[in-house]
Amino acid sequence: MIFKRKILVAAAAMALSAGAAQAQISGNVVKIGVLNDQSSLYADLGGQGSVTAAKMAIEDFKAKEKGLTVEVVFADHQNKADVGSQIATKWIDAEGVDVIVDVPNSGVALAVNQIVRDKKKVFINSGAASSDLTGAKCSPNTVHWTYDTWMLANGTGSAIVKQGGDSWYFLTADYAFGHALERDTEAVVLKSGGKVLGKVRAPINTQDFSSFLLQAQASKAKIVGLANAGGDTINSIKQASEFGIVKGGQKMAGLLVFLSDVHGLGLDKAQGLILTNTFYWDLNDQTRAWAKRFAAANGNKYPTMVQAGVYAGVLHYLKAVDALKSDDGTKVVEQMKKTPTDDPLFGKGSIRVDGRKIHPAYLVEVRKPSESKGPYDYYKVLATIPADQAFRPIGDGGCELVKK
Amino acid sequence: MTTQALFGQLLIGLINGSFYALLSLGLAVIFGLLNIINFTHGAQYMMGAFVAYFLMQKAGLGYWWALAIVPLVVGATGVVIERLMLKQLYKLDHLYGLLLTFGLALIIEGLFRNSFGSAGLPYSIPESLTGVYNLGFMYLPKYRGWVILASLGICLATWFLIERTKLGAYLRAATENPALVQAFGINVPRMITLTYGFGVGLAALAGVFAAPIYQVSPQMGSSLIIVVFAVVVIGGMGSIMGSIITGFGLGIIEGLTKVFYPEASNTVIFVIMAIVLMIRPQGLFGQR
Repeated sequence: MIFKRKILVAAAAMALSAGAAQAQISGNVVKIGVLNDQSSLYADLGGQGSVTAAKMAIEDFKAKEKGLTVEVVFADHQNKADVGSQIATKWIDAEGVDVIVDVPNSGVALAVNQIVRDKKKVFINSGAASSDLTGAKCSPNTVHWTYDTWMLANGTGSAIVKQGGDSWYFLTADYAFGHALERDTEAVVLKSGGKVLGKVRAPINTQDFSSFLLQAQASKAKIVGLANAGGDTINSIKQASEFGIVKGGQKMAGLLVFLSDVHGLGLDKAQGLILTNTFYWDLNDQTRAWAKRFAAANGNKYPTMVQAGVYAGVLHYLKAVDALKSDDGTKVVEQMKKTPTDDPLFGKGSIRVDGRKIHPAYLVEVRKPSESKGPYDYYKVLATIPADQAFRPIGDGGCELVKK
Repeated sequence: MTTQALFGQLLIGLINGSFYALLSLGLAVIFGLLNIINFTHGAQYMMGAFVAYFLMQKAGLGYWWALAIVPLVVGATGVVIERLMLKQLYKLDHLYGLLLTFGLALIIEGLFRNSFGSAGLPYSIPESLTGVYNLGFMYLPKYRGWVILASLGICLATWFLIERTKLGAYLRAATENPALVQAFGINVPRMITLTYGFGVGLAALAGVFAAPIYQVSPQMGSSLIIVVFAVVVIGGMGSIMGSIITGFGLGIIEGLTKVFYPEASNTVIFVIMAIVLMIRPQGLFGQR
């Protein structure tokens, strides 16, 4: 009897594994969906550049030679959570998309995070900032690659408090991202002994910030903290110089500033800004070589950290798919977390169990026009924040995947 | 909130209002005289800012030159659009003009976005207008003061031109009864073409005013045009003085909202629009 049962179990196991063998790569194609803002205030920091980055990753991975067919599709979520959700659902249910990447705008990213989790696919987030994606809202199907609000707050925020900027007034973008960035920065400011004198919340994609800036000016805070991004940051910095905020002795702190924003502002307006990025094209030979290739394919626009994150994330994802010979979402993310990461842009690193990708961050200062050698020579690296200090300690996020 | 700070906010509202007024004025002129709902207006405002940037970069011509040249250049593109396309639509329903101009706006914005990206281009305030006046209750940037005065001047001049001069009288007569006016020996089609060019030129001029203070980007027009349309609807379609007064007035209301309930600052104008449409569908200054 025992012998018979063993044969039965073995047969069942074989049947199971045979079944699994057939379902390895769904549709025999690995399909990558780049979902981001293609047409509005965040289109230059992600947009088509992120699509280019994803394609470069497939090329560099030599997917074809390894027998993998990889396709890229992209769509514009228009910074609306409902539009983003609709596209994500359609992609996964009807078009066989295996992994969704980029998704700037935390509002949209949080929605996509939930959809991808329910459908057991993969979400590699590069563009969105909310640290909730690896905290209260963490998911076994999400990897948060490039940066987050906690990292920005601790990089830029604490550096500024240390320089004596101990009273703050926040100008915050009124949605999930701005709120998270404001919350995380406020915590850092208070912890370092500073105080927050007030805050004002402006709708996303505001043209005129003068009214908000006037309120910031009246607060007499030493630091005006900009918890916004993209076009909003550009407009607020541009208009702050007009109202003599910096001349009056207050300082602007751009908590999230991308290379494309500095380019749009011009160095004479952006000079002296202190900011934190996890990638800058002029770090070493590898990043320079990659950035030149990228710029050639992207209308001579140099890569932002978001686009670099898309490249590195897709590369690591393909390695995991290749190792498993499967595109089963949950398993691939497990594999991605198990394997150390290694790519030319972020160097060696790892992905934690809560989905947080760990790498160093760079505190940089925007150069004066006289110090810059040409277009995109914008940053001076002030300090490197080591990988183990750059991101929120794993126990503090309240992620359910982390065993207490 | 102290009274001093309140004065500051009122002044800021006036500055934004001057943009609303300038843009809605162009729309009102075009609608009043051509019966075209010009949805390309935002794109033409954006083109104004971009042409100012090109003049600076390629030809070394600064802000003051831009003020003179840009309205002519962009106005000329308006003339071409009117001659080639809009002309065919005058006999048809408003809806066709709206669809055509809306489509054009999307195409123009797409082309600019494709070529210049969305983060925008830098443009600085001219040397002579940098700095601030200390008014006691606030710092008024010289440039903003200039924008208020200039746009107020242009608005009043336009109103005078159309409502109080002989040329304006011809224009108004031509929209009432083109055949009769033509019978008096006036070239009505050319007058209409130039009117469209003039309205577009006003949008471009507003674009030059905006270039030093707002991000010069392809989407700068579409962010503003919806508000401006609301201004025109509230003021009364086609009423010139109405759009000027409403433009400044709504700027002030929006400014106050930014102080008392900032989260609602981009919806308050539409709430007002809805209320006005319910109580007075022809708009505050419109005639039935």
